[in-house]
Amino acid sequence: MLKKNLVAAATLVMGLSVSSAALAETQITWWHAMGGALGEAVNALAEDFNASQSDYKITPVFKGTYEETLTAGIAAFRAGEQPNVMQVFDAGAATVIGAKGATIPVQDLLAENGIDFNIEDYIPGVRYFYADAEGKMIGMPFNSSTPIMYYNIEALEKAGVTPPKTWEEFESVTAPALKAAGYIPLAQSHLPWIFTENFFSRHNLPFATNENGYGDGETKILVNSPEIKSHFTALKKWKDEGLFEWYGAGWNDNQKPFEEGKVAIWLGSSGSFGGLQKTATMPFSADLLPYWEAVTKEPTQTFIGGAALFAMSGKSPEENKATAEFFRFLASPEVQVKWHKDTGYVPITNASYELATSQGYYTEKPAAEVGVLQLLLPAGDNTKGYRMGFYVQIRDVMNREYGRILTGEASVDDAFATIEKEANELLARFSKTQG
Amino acid sequence: MKRASFNQLGLPVWLLLPQLVIIGVFFYWPAAFALRSSFYLEDPFGFGSTFVGLDNYNGLLASAQYVKVAVFTLGFTFLVTFFSLSIALVLAVKADKVIRGTRTYRTLLMWVYAVAPPVAGFLGVMVFYQGNGPMTEFLAWFGYEFRLGVNYYDTAAAMVAVATWNHIPVNFIFFLSGLQSIPQSVKEAAMIDNRSGTGRFWDITFPLLAPTAFFLLIINITYALFDTFGMIDALVKGEPGNNPMTLVYKVYVDGFRGNDLGGSSAQSVILMVLVLVLTVFQFRVMDRRIHYT
Repeated sequence: MLKKNLVAAATLVMGLSVSSAALAETQITWWHAMGGALGEAVNALAEDFNASQSDYKITPVFKGTYEETLTAGIAAFRAGEQPNVMQVFDAGAATVIGAKGATIPVQDLLAENGIDFNIEDYIPGVRYFYADAEGKMIGMPFNSSTPIMYYNIEALEKAGVTPPKTWEEFESVTAPALKAAGYIPLAQSHLPWIFTENFFSRHNLPFATNENGYGDGETKILVNSPEIKSHFTALKKWKDEGLFEWYGAGWNDNQKPFEEGKVAIWLGSSGSFGGLQKTATMPFSADLLPYWEAVTKEPTQTFIGGAALFAMSGKSPEENKATAEFFRFLASPEVQVKWHKDTGYVPITNASYELATSQGYYTEKPAAEVGVLQLLLPAGDNTKGYRMGFYVQIRDVMNREYGRILTGEASVDDAFATIEKEANELLARFSKTQG
Repeated sequence: MKRASFNQLGLPVWLLLPQLVIIGVFFYWPAAFALRSSFYLEDPFGFGSTFVGLDNYNGLLASAQYVKVAVFTLGFTFLVTFFSLSIALVLAVKADKVIRGTRTYRTLLMWVYAVAPPVAGFLGVMVFYQGNGPMTEFLAWFGYEFRLGVNYYDTAAAMVAVATWNHIPVNFIFFLSGLQSIPQSVKEAAMIDNRSGTGRFWDITFPLLAPTAFFLLIINITYALFDTFGMIDALVKGEPGNNPMTLVYKVYVDGFRGNDLGGSSAQSVILMVLVLVLTVFQFRVMDRRIHYT
């Protein structure tokens, strides 16, 4: 009898202590789109945060692709079941930032919770992509990447060439030598991102009116420009001559031939570095994205791709405080450097970049620094990014028309005229959704 | 015969209520919501919206791309329906004549039915994979470079092939049971009149199969229009690019990927009308032309 009572008492005490611990702890959720190895890095990040203190607990939930995560977040928001933190990718930025009141600007969130914030602490190429017209940071850059050029070291040695600095050099020297050495000289994984958005940034050309769409008012896309049209004319020519290959709109279909050593130069994401180290069958390195000397003698920086974390509105002050603390943790140099090393995404603050440098990480792996170096290149009027609504569909239109150019179904002129027309229609429609 | 009837309205309504609620909540309410959304352009988060009247519909009809998708959908539906029905009919007629190992033979033909469309899509990706898929290598022997996801017509061919393959078993099962329900006496009588097997098939068997065939025609059209979504998503790997797509897949691309609620609602209303027309057609023809014995 006594024994039974003791057990009961012990159970009760244990139950109490567990529930009191749970009471003191503020629980928040984080919806993200990082699968596979990246998902493991996200889980490790959350565990580190939970272990670093006892007041808050964050639970990461994988929601599928970027598009699926955004859609799930929107549906949840309309039902009042939104997560505290949602990961939104570059092309979805206009949708989430346009819906004023859906999120709490990260800058406000941190200030309200007494956390110092200075936008100048962030790396230049990272700073303003997820900011509003006044330069206030709305989304916290998280997995930030930028398109860079990877190359197969053996292939370039065999062909007796160095990584091309310009597309002119690629066309006249690098590509013919690589082809003669038995390689497909070039492939890339994302035509809208690498050869459109960042093409305009690399050459400091305006991509849209209204400060690339950041300003208030009507935005028109400037994609139908002679510079990019001559780039795609060259691409088609290279493809016909066997100097460039295109394996469809899927990212991995274009990356795989590079990993297998068939393609010598592949343009991908700086965030691909972590994965490539595991999958590449040959030694590789990376360099800055080439530019056209005919377009500019002073190439500028690219901007970030990847995604940012947004604090969703409609949550209690305690939970917002937990979200703010998580963002503070995330921006700390130690966490940034670990994330940078695990995944290949760029460190987002100057302090974390300096820490990685002082640890000698870049002497050991020079390719890991390329993305940051490219984001640190001189800025221009057109290099902070773009802000366009229904951009996911605009990208789909680009992918469709680029595919038609490369398969010979459409001429460069027709394809760009179609993109311009359809994109401007989508932009006009988007502005009505905000009304 | 005594007819049961209810004295008051209360009880029958109560008994029907679960059914009415299910239909109302799961069918009419979403349909009405889609109809309403199709007249607006709405911020996905629900903060702003503008009434645009028929703009969403006009935009679709004026879009060369939408027309192209609609034309592809028609062609795709026709080819899938034609091939899966005709191949299944041939298989069923042959299977009907098999005397030994009937069960094994039939089971072998039916198992494909258990493959879900997205899985069929993944199998298709493997079979038609760029460079080293078995079908790709087979076609390469004939000097044809098959490029899934790159060439519009290659991807379209893969879609038709996978959708057809996936739907043959259903047609096969129905055709086989249809054949087996033809009375032996009719067949024997026909045998006396006509010695030609082909002649007997077209004069006797095929007309008697007509009800089954018509039913299957409708089933196949709805399958090709609506149920191939998962297969298409798998084949294009979620990136439509310059690949062909069906009207249903476009609803997904614009609505779920692109968060264009108004535009995709208008597209789904158009599809609803299409289904309505198809249903009316089905009932009309069934009443008048097809005689079930």
